[in-house]
Amino acid sequence: MATAFSATLPLHGSSSQENRLLLPPTRLPPPPSSFLGSTRSLPFRRLNHAHAARRSPVVAVQEIVKEKKPTNPLLITKEEGLVLYEDMILGRSFEDMCAQMYYRGKMFGFVHLYNGQEAVSTGFIKLLTKSDSVVSTYRDHVHALSKGVSARAVMSELFGKVTGCCRGQGGSMHMFSKEHNMLGGFAFIGEGIPVATGAAFTSKYKREVLKQDCDDVTVAFFGDGTCNNGQFYECLNMAALYKLPIIFVVENNLWAIGMSHLRSTSDPEIWKKGPAFGMPGVHVDGMDVLKVREVAKEAVIRARRGEGPTLVECETYRFRGHSLADPDELRDAAEKAKYAARDPITALKKYLIENKLAKEGELKTIEKKIDELVEEAVEFADASPQPGRSQLLENVFADPKGFGIGPDGRYRCEDPKFTEGTAQV
Amino acid sequence: MAARIHGGAGAGAATALSTFNPKKLVAPSRTNLPAARSSKRCIVAGGGSDASKSLSVRHSQKLIASAAVATKAETSATTGTGHELLLFEALQEGLEEEMDRDPHVCVMGEDVGHYGGSYKVTKGLADKFGDLRVLDTPICENAFTGMGIGAAMTGLRPVIEGMNMGFLLLAFNQISNNCGMLHYTSGGQFTIPVVIRGPGGVGRQLGAEHSQRLESYFQSIPGIQMVACSTPYNAKGLMKAAIRSENPVILFEHVLLYNLKEKIPDEEYICNLEEAEMVRPGEHITILTYSRMRYHVMQAAKTLVNKGYDPEVIDIRSLKPFDLYTIGNSVKKTHRVLIVEECMRTGGIGASLTAAINENFHDYLDAPVMCLSSQDVPTPYAGTLEEWTVVQPAQIVTAVEQLCQ
Repeated sequence: MATAFSATLPLHGSSSQENRLLLPPTRLPPPPSSFLGSTRSLPFRRLNHAHAARRSPVVAVQEIVKEKKPTNPLLITKEEGLVLYEDMILGRSFEDMCAQMYYRGKMFGFVHLYNGQEAVSTGFIKLLTKSDSVVSTYRDHVHALSKGVSARAVMSELFGKVTGCCRGQGGSMHMFSKEHNMLGGFAFIGEGIPVATGAAFTSKYKREVLKQDCDDVTVAFFGDGTCNNGQFYECLNMAALYKLPIIFVVENNLWAIGMSHLRSTSDPEIWKKGPAFGMPGVHVDGMDVLKVREVAKEAVIRARRGEGPTLVECETYRFRGHSLADPDELRDAAEKAKYAARDPITALKKYLIENKLAKEGELKTIEKKIDELVEEAVEFADASPQPGRSQLLENVFADPKGFGIGPDGRYRCEDPKFTEGTAQV
Repeated sequence: MAARIHGGAGAGAATALSTFNPKKLVAPSRTNLPAARSSKRCIVAGGGSDASKSLSVRHSQKLIASAAVATKAETSATTGTGHELLLFEALQEGLEEEMDRDPHVCVMGEDVGHYGGSYKVTKGLADKFGDLRVLDTPICENAFTGMGIGAAMTGLRPVIEGMNMGFLLLAFNQISNNCGMLHYTSGGQFTIPVVIRGPGGVGRQLGAEHSQRLESYFQSIPGIQMVACSTPYNAKGLMKAAIRSENPVILFEHVLLYNLKEKIPDEEYICNLEEAEMVRPGEHITILTYSRMRYHVMQAAKTLVNKGYDPEVIDIRSLKPFDLYTIGNSVKKTHRVLIVEECMRTGGIGASLTAAINENFHDYLDAPVMCLSSQDVPTPYAGTLEEWTVVQPAQIVTAVEQLCQ
């Protein structure tokens, strides 16, 4: 089926079908990226989804794409390409530095690195504005960076310093930024999805109840393991029901710690679950930032126009273990090698150079700049102070009267020891 | 009209129960609920308290002091104008006023919109404010509670209803992790000004799962406040205060109290979320209670007064945090404490309160703190068994007699 996506120049010179994961012979391959159009009506047409799809606005998107780039067969301009490249390099370098710092004892606990999945974060988040929201999981460093949170703030947070984006109180799994509308950072899988749904609800509420000019979208990132969790389905239902401006992005890296997606899911094709709830479900090659970006564009446009949610399944892979504590012994070396060969950064670099969008030297400059940025972030984090005792009781409540009234009749937060962090609460 | 914050006892409030008609209860308990009146005597600000207390809230308005025991005739005379309504109407009034006042306040829950709420607390609101502001959700507590939290983070002020408090067990993930902790883990960047409310408690033969008391489960969650309303006056006041609070507040209502009738002031008022309510001042013993057990206690108080005791009854109202000032003052006066609650014995509010009192006021106690709670038993369906799982007035009388020996 001809779609906007097969019309593009994919990085690997072939349709996504050839790049699909090695499935056991009994399973059917996932179809090429097909964008099942929105069914504007209620679920009555559920049985005819396939047919409804062909009447979808996919054609309209092709026209939009054509309008935007009448003469340019390439998917991106040079500026865009460099932005994407820099963002992915930032993600990769930062995560590599995290690993180093962890093994040097600068950060502790659970640290989950994003190496290999940069195309998803960059592909989606670089299309968003500052007022759009992003919700992530524990693998959230790179989402925060892509959204605009400074490397310094993220690194300091990882080091547990006061200058961290959450004052050292959140840690690796809780990256929040009000300024950049990064709504976290959640440790339990799936628990961020309702929060994302709420942010999208606010957007709709602002438009329809408060009559404000608001077309903010929310992008929720989560993994394949989450797609077996109830919260995911509950939110798919509500988002489609209320036509919320949200994009559900599944970063299917095939593994939930040591649990293979195929072993835990009755139907591993996650994109199919979208139409079951009345929203389009799209499968895209998540190692190809340009493909991800094209899908993201359409999903964002849909959301901004008030047409409702989209479920996007990105087939991707994490080059490292689940976390820095994971020995990563279960995954097959051949599988790892196969995906390493599809490194999104290498692919984009090749695309930029081959299409004469950038020279090697320019890209090297970017890499060097990012290296320095990350080094500087580490220095900053190292030099930053640890939180003092006085911070212990702050931020538990937005209104610290919530600690109540002590035996002496004063609110506990008025106790001078409160600001020292030693008050009895 | 500017809101007046009433501190301490129900200043200006009508008596809780002078017009109370037990037959109007949804499910009247077998014991005869009182025509008992609560005293309207208030803690007058200056009396006996440390003048250096700086909090304007506690000393703000001139509190109306009145006679120690209210009589029927005195009720309407002292309060003057006001209007009479049922508890669920008081909740609705509070909610509606707040929704009028701030367009960011919205409601979400099952059957809150077109159905008007399964206990009619949101009746008529969907017609007035629309389907998006009074949102009928599908049956997915965890997800819609999380949705409310996400909406709160991004600027709205949702009131999330659990059709029965017990259903919120399904939302525990969101309530604990996101509602309670997110303000902290985000380093104070995001506030969660939600109100989570719903009816709980033992009803009339509703069965074990519909008769749960979730206050004990939620009390450890850092970052949330819990309040329990017990009269139309404090129901409206607490609802308004909870909505205006920047903190996440869980408002516990009781299934059997929705049809309580009381006269409440016409002018706007808010109750303080962190304060306890003096129901009946006394000298011999402090009885701490909340929600429905307040009425069992007041019934027992009637018997006790006849027997010559003078119990001081405090409705703690704020389940988390405890108002240790009001409680402490009382303990210092009477030296005996009885806690009467509907919560389970193990790990309930009473257990925490006992610990707090022992920790803070041990020297003032003449006897160990006694706590009467519900049995650690899933609430049976059979009426007789159900009656025996909760504390009855006769037990309260016995306990007081025992403590006052």
